[in-house]
Amino acid sequence: MHGCARSQRQARVNKNLLRIRKAKNAIATAIALTSVGLGVAILMVILYEIVTQGIAYITADTLTKTTPPPGGTGGLANSIVGSLIMVVMAMLIAIPTGVMGGVYLSEYQRRTRWGSVIRFCNDTLLSTPSICVGIFAYEMMVKPMHGFSGYAGAVALAMIAVPVILRTSESFLILVPDSLREAAAALGATKEQITLSIGFRAARSGILTGLLIALSRIMGETAPLLFTALNNQFWSLNLSHPMANLPSTIYQLAMSPYEEWHKLAWAGALLITSFVLGINLLSRYMNSYSQRAEK
Amino acid sequence: MTQRTQSLTNWTVRGLTALSGLCVVVFTIAFAILLGYAAWPAFSSFGLHFLTNEAWNPVTDTFGALSSIYGTIISAAIALVLSFPVSIGIGFCLSEIMPRRLVLPIRSLIELLAGIPSLVYGLWGMYVLAPCFQTTLQPFLIKHLGHFAFIGQIFSGPPYGVGLLTAGIVLAIMILPFLTAIVVDLFQSVPRLMKESAYALGMTPWEVTRSISLPYIKQEIFSGAFLALGRALGETMAVTFVVGNAHRISTSLLAPATTISASIANEFNEATSDMHTSSLIALGFILLVSTFLALVISKCMAARAVKGRPA
Repeated sequence: MHGCARSQRQARVNKNLLRIRKAKNAIATAIALTSVGLGVAILMVILYEIVTQGIAYITADTLTKTTPPPGGTGGLANSIVGSLIMVVMAMLIAIPTGVMGGVYLSEYQRRTRWGSVIRFCNDTLLSTPSICVGIFAYEMMVKPMHGFSGYAGAVALAMIAVPVILRTSESFLILVPDSLREAAAALGATKEQITLSIGFRAARSGILTGLLIALSRIMGETAPLLFTALNNQFWSLNLSHPMANLPSTIYQLAMSPYEEWHKLAWAGALLITSFVLGINLLSRYMNSYSQRAEK
Repeated sequence: MTQRTQSLTNWTVRGLTALSGLCVVVFTIAFAILLGYAAWPAFSSFGLHFLTNEAWNPVTDTFGALSSIYGTIISAAIALVLSFPVSIGIGFCLSEIMPRRLVLPIRSLIELLAGIPSLVYGLWGMYVLAPCFQTTLQPFLIKHLGHFAFIGQIFSGPPYGVGLLTAGIVLAIMILPFLTAIVVDLFQSVPRLMKESAYALGMTPWEVTRSISLPYIKQEIFSGAFLALGRALGETMAVTFVVGNAHRISTSLLAPATTISASIANEFNEATSDMHTSSLIALGFILLVSTFLALVISKCMAARAVKGRPA
């Protein structure tokens, strides 16, 4: 009799405990769902705002005319071309450096002390604020050459792209199974043949993804260009002079007091965002495509 | 291919790749040395006073970094305090609650948004968020919190729209995708077996997260938070638009302020005296050192986490 009452009490306590645990779980779930909603909503709002504000001003004028004079009208054509030139130049410097650095780390210095020194330096560069990269490029190129130039801008961008490329290249080359390399070595392939025809081929899509990530990263970078390429109101394809570029132009237009310029800034922001998101989507698609191909 | 050309190409490949590796190291070291060298005039003439002086006056050529450092730390702190819990919430939701079909699209969306250039966040902050705060959030804070003893100080003064609080919130939005991508990956790295055993014992999803997942990835989450902190400290464009660019320290979070990166971005090209330029570079050097420290702390935590994990 006595034992029965105790077990009943115990059952009640257990039931209460279960209720409390379930309530806690429900509260946590609600908070978590709210945070997902909040995060996604804010980011969607920003994306929506960029598209709706910008789309009205992407006109033929915007794409064909040069930077407007104070108070006047104009377009972004010279800035777009200038940006593209500098980004391409930066990638031409960064791709060989980054990919070869990645090869060096994965094929020659995988578990050595020198390898970890390089890796650490690369991570440091990767986390360096881009404004500091701008100052560095200013001190290294603009000051000795006595003037702002497109070259300095391209070098600054390259310094941001190299660590990204190096890191992704290394991580994808390391994923290539060693048994493949050993099989090639058993057939008499030299180290460099293994690297070029086994490592590269197997990690090709991964390395390409890394290149695209680096490209999308430097496309929107503003801070390193402010004191290197400066900006240019006019058409100029001369890399040894200040060069127009989209991010700096947007910055100037947005900070100006003219209503007309603000609209142009929104159009520029939409252009940059769609470039960057487009490249990101492409790299994602390629990655999933290659993964499917491997299966 | 003859033996000789083969060994030649072999050495070329090896040499070129080694050169690229060397390049990275040389540039990293040159980076620190060159910035330190260019900052030296400011450091040597102001000494340690540079770090404790609030005044930043180009007219009299006296410069102090304190107001910029203060703004940088406070805005980064606001950003981290706001985005860290949200990212944990998203991580919990995506790993335990959401059906698998929804997880991948949300994850991809968040990762995609991590790629939006900071310039765009800044533009949005200045034209959309700041005017909105000026008429809604800030008057609300001033009205309801402004008359309390200590908190009131933080939320006092006129609603400018721009200021430290707005800068911190824009930063929080900007690092949210970055931090969330890290946290979600970490949640996914928890072994299934451990979680399923816990479920089999009758744990609720929240209990599994609190007592299995979070302890398992605790150190790595803090490591990721420090990475995000480094990001927030060095972020330039998103902040420059909305921080207000005033070299002063006020107790109110609503007042215009400045950060290291915003000062550099605003004044570098207009600096007239050499001391002004050098002082700005000195600010850059301080920023470089602090993001480096954040990276080192993050790496140490990650290394400890891997070491302490049962195999």
